[in-house]
Amino acid sequence: MTPGQRRWLFLVGVAGLVAFLGWGIAGLPAFGSYPGPYGPAITARVVQQTNATGVVSAINFEYRGFDTVGEEFILVAAVAGMSVVLRRLRGERADAARDDPSDLDPSATDPSGGRRRVPVTSGAVRMAALALTGPTVLAGWWLATHAQTSPSGGFQGGVLLATAFFLVYLSGEFIAFRRLSPVDVVDAAEAIGAGGFAAVGVAALPLGLPYLDNYLPLGSPGSPGAVTSSGTIAVISLLVGVAVAAAFIQLIGEFLEQTLLIQRRPPARGH
Amino acid sequence: MACFPFAVAAWILACGLYGLVTSRDLIRTIICLIVVQSSTYVMLVAVGYVTGGIAPYFSDVAGHPKTVDPVVQALALTDVVVEAAVTALLASFAIQAHKRFGTLDPHDLAEFKG
Amino acid sequence: MPALFPLVVVVPLLTAAALLAARPLLARRRALLDLVAVAAAASVAVMLGFLLAAAIRHDSVYWFAGFRPAGGVALGIDFVADPFACGLALVGAVLMTAAMVFSWRYFERVGSYFHALMLVFLAGLTGFCLAGDVFDLFVWFELMGVAAYALTAYRPEERGPIQGALTFAITNSVGAYFTLTGIALIYGRTGALNMAQIARSLDGRPPGGLVVVAFLFIITGLLVKAAVVPFHFWLADAHAVAPTPVCVLFSGVMVELGLYGIARVYWSVFGAAIGQRGAISDVFLFLGALTAITGALFCLRERHLKRLLAFSTISHAGMFLAGFGLLTPLGLAGAALYVAGHAMVKAALFLCAGITLHRLHSVNETWLHGRGRRLPVTGAVFTLAALGLAGLPPFATFLGKGWIEDSAGPGWLDVMFTLCSMLAAGAVLRVAGGVFYGLGDPPAEDPQMAAEANEEEGETESGRRRTPLTMIVPPAVLVAGGLALGCLALVPRVGAAFEAAALRFEDQAAYGALVLGGPAPPGHPAPGVPYPPAAADVTLTSVVIALITVAGALAVAGAALYWRRLPLLRRGRGPGAGLTVVIRRFQSGVVNDYITWLVLGLAALGGVLTVIISRHP
Repeated sequence: MTPGQRRWLFLVGVAGLVAFLGWGIAGLPAFGSYPGPYGPAITARVVQQTNATGVVSAINFEYRGFDTVGEEFILVAAVAGMSVVLRRLRGERADAARDDPSDLDPSATDPSGGRRRVPVTSGAVRMAALALTGPTVLAGWWLATHAQTSPSGGFQGGVLLATAFFLVYLSGEFIAFRRLSPVDVVDAAEAIGAGGFAAVGVAALPLGLPYLDNYLPLGSPGSPGAVTSSGTIAVISLLVGVAVAAAFIQLIGEFLEQTLLIQRRPPARGH
Repeated sequence: MACFPFAVAAWILACGLYGLVTSRDLIRTIICLIVVQSSTYVMLVAVGYVTGGIAPYFSDVAGHPKTVDPVVQALALTDVVVEAAVTALLASFAIQAHKRFGTLDPHDLAEFKG
Repeated sequence: MPALFPLVVVVPLLTAAALLAARPLLARRRALLDLVAVAAAASVAVMLGFLLAAAIRHDSVYWFAGFRPAGGVALGIDFVADPFACGLALVGAVLMTAAMVFSWRYFERVGSYFHALMLVFLAGLTGFCLAGDVFDLFVWFELMGVAAYALTAYRPEERGPIQGALTFAITNSVGAYFTLTGIALIYGRTGALNMAQIARSLDGRPPGGLVVVAFLFIITGLLVKAAVVPFHFWLADAHAVAPTPVCVLFSGVMVELGLYGIARVYWSVFGAAIGQRGAISDVFLFLGALTAITGALFCLRERHLKRLLAFSTISHAGMFLAGFGLLTPLGLAGAALYVAGHAMVKAALFLCAGITLHRLHSVNETWLHGRGRRLPVTGAVFTLAALGLAGLPPFATFLGKGWIEDSAGPGWLDVMFTLCSMLAAGAVLRVAGGVFYGLGDPPAEDPQMAAEANEEEGETESGRRRTPLTMIVPPAVLVAGGLALGCLALVPRVGAAFEAAALRFEDQAAYGALVLGGPAPPGHPAPGVPYPPAAADVTLTSVVIALITVAGALAVAGAALYWRRLPLLRRGRGPGAGLTVVIRRFQSGVVNDYITWLVLGLAALGGVLTVIISRHP
């Protein structure tokens, strides 16, 4: 098919498709009048059943926690797949060997004779990145541990924690970033985070409880909303945070490695 | 106006599909895939909206006030993670494609069909 | 016993996590790595065997985190074990175990990633089969998908895998997002994600546009996965390039899982609400026939061994769809048995192709002609499996196809089934005769196809002197399994159990009573209890048809091998030469084209459904 033919065929198809979808949308209740019953059934019970006041987290880690187990492993599978696809291949090993010594030794002379250079990081960026690292870690930690009381949780916190590592990269260099987050350790952290979530669920089975049952104490019933108030939700959220942070560090680390190390470009250096 | 947000979702879906079909660059293809998925976020969050409902958090409110549907928000959160995973994987494929083929045009890739 | 429900998913996930966490430690301990992975897959198969045995007596539901439905509203996620769900998952786990044994010390370069991804795939597969909640279904579907994309690109140093994985990932992702849109639509209307609850909520209302649109959108992702024409283009590109052990799973269960998902969503959620059973059945039958014929024709002209087998899978997917599409219990029972029997022999065929690649370093039929004589055992297993594919009694494929034909009654479906089986199995038998026995002439070389086939490098690095036992035993066992399953199904009680399971599967009201509680509707057995056995047995006609099919397949293979020596055809360009040009145009390898066909196909199906529903209000 030529692009022109394809465009016309597509336009015919998509016109029909949108009309068909419109027929379906016409059958939805008007915007703003969601009828339930799933959401209201949970909001009516959530505080009493789980002692959590953040309903979305309670759903993600408790009511529909099993979905989240699957979702964590989607992330694990994607990162593992990426490591497979971006691994250094036979043909590339020669390049890497030529590049590696200068990459790994910051004091070596820059070998980039006329090749593309990565711009030097400005002092302002390095200062800002350095200043932001601490607060970012703190915020990520807070988000990952306060899932049960606020619109936060393991995903949000994990992404922020990963961001802290990239601030290290921005303020220093790739080598410093890698030194702080060695591949094997980050890989293991990711697997332990996601596997730990699945294992927290398994721990309910010997107690004769269903998988992912909230078997930890829920705190005093009169005081919902405390960090320790909702049993396994806090534990799971933290494990998710670890897994998500590790996954994102690994993802972006792999991409950085591709552009900075493997493709025969000079490493990003701040000096 | 009763179904305007749903129409927006349909429009985003159509735009993303158009981009996928006309793309001459894999990076654009991947971004268009994200656009297609974005329509599902809009659709999910829109169907759970309740006029006048508050966010589903009870830390600082008493009783059982009317909230928007928390379930679709949880689903959208799952959806976002799926998107991040698929996008990262596709981006790594694109990097390899560029190394193997020296191009990112899907038409050129087709000549090396396995 | 209930603990087995989560464990069939969690055991492979935890093993995968452990393998990844211990990756540096396992790098030098390959035997341990292989052993752990095989043990995990085999333990899942055993657990599913127990679940299946229990489900044959009594269906059961498992509520995660202990949230039981309150007042007819499902609060949590459920798994439902019925014989077909457990059976399909079991087939998947058996194939996974076989593939793991086959790949024992197979890849020598990368550590535990391969094993971890395979186990994650297995977890997605079992979760998908047992899910009783549409969004949960989507999550396991995506998990399986992401693992599958990564496994397809497992050899990124070659060009084919990258192109195949990209096509695979993009088309399947677009399909999955349609599924999610459909889920959002049905949730907006019913406020439910649990299948039984959605079905109850739709009950008794006229089928509006929303129900039809949600149904079609939800099954779009599944139609893509099931490689139903015109959503099938990605399949051959991906299957041809994925590592052999992965192909086993792709062809043996992943395509069939798409069909299972369609059947599940239709019978458990939308069937009663949409109504118009006759017209809907016609739509499924048409799609099935189109897919079966297209796949068979593509299969016949292919010279790339794995691609040829992939097209034969498309053809069979069409036949399964037609079997289920009859919307009768016997048709569904036949399709289920057919799927199981096909999985065994198709997996064996792929594994034999893998051995050929390992020993002879090629999957190009032309080049391999006669060279396979060095592999007599592999040749024998391959030939037996090819005959099984053709439906030779008593392979399970024979009885499964026979039941579908019995259910349809004499008519065009019989002819279509016979013809497609002849063509697809004939192509595979042609490979068997030419490659492993050196019969006839080598097929003519199509330069582009040869280039594709030669691109395939070996997947293994050493040990080409002889075939290791770990490679030849799994296909031999699988072929024996296909035979044993066929013999078992000949026992009248077993056949009756298949049909009873199909009756249960198609009983939406009983499914609702099982999941959400409440009394069984009048005229239905109590929740979970099987139907009284019905009579599904072997007729003389089906044996005759099967023998004709096998003879026809042999004739097709013979004609393909000897066509140059036939007086009338001597000057021709060979069978299917003209077709090649047309096929090239459709199977272009450009993902943009595939998305265009997807949109067009969806719009056309939408149009047909619109007409069906609005003609009979």
